[in-house]
Amino acid sequence: MPTNLPLFYQVHFYLFGLLAIASALAFVTRKSPVAAALWLVSVMFNLAALYVMMDAHFIGAIQVLVYAGAIMVVFLFVVMLLNLGHPDELSDIRGKWGRLAAGLIGIALLAQIGVLLRTRFLPSLQPPTNPVFGGAPDRGAVGTVAQSLFTEHLLAFELTSILLLAAIVGAVALGKRKTITAGTAQ
Amino acid sequence: MIPEALALSAVLFTIGTIGVLTRRNAIVIFMCVELMLNAVNLTFVALSRMYGVTGQVFVVFVMTVAAAEAAVGLAIIIAIFRHGQSVNLKNINLLKG
Repeated sequence: MPTNLPLFYQVHFYLFGLLAIASALAFVTRKSPVAAALWLVSVMFNLAALYVMMDAHFIGAIQVLVYAGAIMVVFLFVVMLLNLGHPDELSDIRGKWGRLAAGLIGIALLAQIGVLLRTRFLPSLQPPTNPVFGGAPDRGAVGTVAQSLFTEHLLAFELTSILLLAAIVGAVALGKRKTITAGTAQ
Repeated sequence: MIPEALALSAVLFTIGTIGVLTRRNAIVIFMCVELMLNAVNLTFVALSRMYGVTGQVFVVFVMTVAAAEAAVGLAIIIAIFRHGQSVNLKNINLLKG
């Protein structure tokens, strides 16, 4: 482990860590379930950034796709389905400062994308070179995970498919409306 | 950076536990459980930097289990809501003697 990490790395590590903690605190203290869910999405994005900084690029990607993308959408969908959000807290029209901050963040993100388009493969964007992962650059960030997942842990990987099938069947069976007298679905 | 990541993981897990113990909305409690799972994932990823890629494979499994748990748990919550028109745990006391 390199102990003398660059300052850039350390600052961002602490930044994302503190943002994650702040978002988690906001998540626990919000009254509205919708606001809580959105703060939890913020926690997950910050954790994804930390995963990428800790050489787990693939985990960071599926953190955003599966957790922030799929699971939280299911949560929000159920909140909406059960009509639990408090409409008075959910006004989507922000004040002047909110709009200003949103605009500034948007401009900053656009500038970052522009800079990244002009730059050719920064050294910091290379695949992980952590010696623990056995010379990763030739296989990329996904290959290191896939190698272990499809050889050592193949049985567990196949068993997760059964788990998911059971979960799907269970969710459908539980979510279905009970029709005790046949043919009279509500 | 591993000690910091482990400390952050502990803090997030504690916040999730506090949420589970203090909130009354069943869906928010489920989200707190997701936060606790995320904290554990952070531990796995941090330690995988030291002990090899197996930690990241475990994170994949944890995410799968979390997805399955969310699907079944939310279906149960919907069933409870149909039964009692509420997801507040104060009103869910069928198992109380």
